[in-house]
Amino acid sequence: MLMVKSALVLGAVLAAGAAQADCGIAAGSVRILSNDFKAINIVNAAAAECASATVTVTANATTEHKNIQGPALSVSPAEYTVAVIANNSLVPLLSAGLVRPLDDLAREFGGDLQPSQLITIDGQVMAVAFMGNGQHLFVRKDVLDKVGLAVPTSYEEVLAAAAAIRAAGIMEYPLAAAVKPGWDLAAEFVNLYLGTGADFFEPGTAKLAIDNDQGRLVLDTMGAMTGFMHPDYLTYNAKELNKIWDAGQVAIMNQWGSLAGAAIDPATANAEVAANTVFAAAPKVGGGSIPAAALWWDGFAIARNISDEDAAASFRAMAHGIAPAVIAANSDAATWLVTGFVPGRAAEGVMANVAGGARPYPMLPQMGLLHTALSTELADFIAGKEDAAQALADVKAAYDTAAQAAGYLK
Amino acid sequence: MPTHAEEDARAVPHRTFAWFMLPSILAMVLFITLPVVSVVVQSLFVEHERVMALVETCGPFGCSREARVDTAATAALQAARPLGRFAGLSNYTDRNHLALAEVGRILGQEATLGRKLADLANLPFYRALAFTLTYCMVVTPLAMMLGFAVALGVNALPKLVRGPAIFLSILPMIITPLVGSLILFWMFDPNGILGATIQWLAADPRLSLRASATLTWITLLTYGVWAHAPFSFVVFYAGLQTVPGDTLESAMIDGASRWERIRHVVIPHLAPLAAFVALVQLMDNFRVFEPIVGFSAEANATSLSWLIFNDLVSSDTQQFGAAGATSILTIAGVIVLLIPVLVRTWRDFNRKAAR
Repeated sequence: MLMVKSALVLGAVLAAGAAQADCGIAAGSVRILSNDFKAINIVNAAAAECASATVTVTANATTEHKNIQGPALSVSPAEYTVAVIANNSLVPLLSAGLVRPLDDLAREFGGDLQPSQLITIDGQVMAVAFMGNGQHLFVRKDVLDKVGLAVPTSYEEVLAAAAAIRAAGIMEYPLAAAVKPGWDLAAEFVNLYLGTGADFFEPGTAKLAIDNDQGRLVLDTMGAMTGFMHPDYLTYNAKELNKIWDAGQVAIMNQWGSLAGAAIDPATANAEVAANTVFAAAPKVGGGSIPAAALWWDGFAIARNISDEDAAASFRAMAHGIAPAVIAANSDAATWLVTGFVPGRAAEGVMANVAGGARPYPMLPQMGLLHTALSTELADFIAGKEDAAQALADVKAAYDTAAQAAGYLK
Repeated sequence: MPTHAEEDARAVPHRTFAWFMLPSILAMVLFITLPVVSVVVQSLFVEHERVMALVETCGPFGCSREARVDTAATAALQAARPLGRFAGLSNYTDRNHLALAEVGRILGQEATLGRKLADLANLPFYRALAFTLTYCMVVTPLAMMLGFAVALGVNALPKLVRGPAIFLSILPMIITPLVGSLILFWMFDPNGILGATIQWLAADPRLSLRASATLTWITLLTYGVWAHAPFSFVVFYAGLQTVPGDTLESAMIDGASRWERIRHVVIPHLAPLAAFVALVQLMDNFRVFEPIVGFSAEANATSLSWLIFNDLVSSDTQQFGAAGATSILTIAGVIVLLIPVLVRTWRDFNRKAAR
């Protein structure tokens, strides 16, 4: 049944031509604010097909979207009608009440959406997810074959493999991860801590709870990993990782699923490395049972401070942007969460994380403050200048101060 | 005793002067004073207490009961008092800024001076301040000296090659700081031309300028001198054109060497210019920011400006009060740094006026 429907939609899109599609919108203005990477640009371009004599569609795709979205949606009418967001960037919009419930629109125009795509909060649909993301293992199969090891499934095995690769004289620095102090380093801690199964905060409160055995275990593991990383690891963020991977300098790394496609892209990637690259679930940590990686989703929300006409036009344009036909034509670009998506090779890692039961990045309102505290206060630890206990104490002190000023803690 | 006519003649230019200045004073109030006042006000407030509620949250990866901000209740608080809760100086004294309580504890503990300094450097504000001050104190004099030396060298060149030499010397100033630091950062990569050469010279294939704190600081300071020398060069080179030829010639006739002429004629002549350059450069260097981002040096070096950036831009949740407090502390720091130079200039001015 679903396949029949996708085929029908595909037919409709083809009949209408690639540049312009009849999205059934009478009139309205669609103004999209989004992050800037390949998968999102595909969605924006497809949404732009809904433009007509009475419908305008514009998109501002920028990596600075998180900093713009708050002020831009606060004014009335809002500067943008659509905010393309993820787990973390939806939270400030929710807290400030800048996005509108989508229940009616989803019922009326969301025929192609799966129930799991709807982000519902307290029973109300507040956003629609269209792709999943997360960090997982990139593995060089040829290097592991040389030392006779299988693809690692836990951090203990990753470390053992790294030691074996170094001992065999194949690579001096076989591991890599995005641990540059700042957002990347904090995300790495969040990944591993989620993998322990523990919670960041005392249930129902904003009281930090990471100063425990799991917190220390996570830091010890991260510290042990850096022993097998290039001395410049403090300057590597996620984008940099793909470069050293492509140069064949690394055997195992923890990297974003959204960058997996680029690592094996026949047009741009190093063919020898790409042919031997395997994607697998993030490793488990400390005897845990789930991949130690946060699950992320990217989706869209509709601004509150706009007319109902623009809101409906925006929803329908975005629904067209993530229509099964669009996704089917771009199945290699991302891990789509859309009906009828057949995962390609680049989606294997994220799918393995999901299948392994990895936990989503917490959508708690105070999580951003913790992320910031982690991003600066773990710097000394990851540089090897401080022990785990001191690092966790510093994170708590920095978080408590920020959370008090932000009104989350008394 | 002046006549009335004379007094009138003096009064008119005063009024003309006031009218003449009015537009710039208005612009300064509008674009400088008011924003600073608003930052000061912002820094005295913290956000309202968040009214939280536990709600069911579902997404692609399952459901959970999670805390949410009760938007309506929080909006009501916000509407009643838009600035937030008045917090006095707590944004300034808290752990992420001046950390008065922590500093008191650290200084009070029984420990060696080294231990105390290490504990202080573990606090974000003091860690940033340490690098910011070092950068100011090292880069300002070295960049001035280098700029002066280049100015002397260029001034001694034959007229024909002076133009190209001047252009080359001010290149670092033309290049955008972020671009300049990124170029150097890539050159210092172990695969880059400088990084590889240094490894070869030191015969240590593991040596990396980015890995150690000391080497990162030296790299940043070197970059700072490179980037700031051209400003000193331009000012000093212009100053050199005004050195009185007669005095130089008489010094030559008296048998003064080149060095003695520089020491006793050129440097005293350029001293007021040097005070001006020092003033501008101290202000500039205290706000060091771009090289830290360009060199990805956050692990080993942070500055006050970087702290503001981190509170406002790099995080998912913007912290306006914290960023405001750091901004005001930065302004205060600049003023403290400038006081010696300003006092000196004021004294010189008074001495000249008295003469």
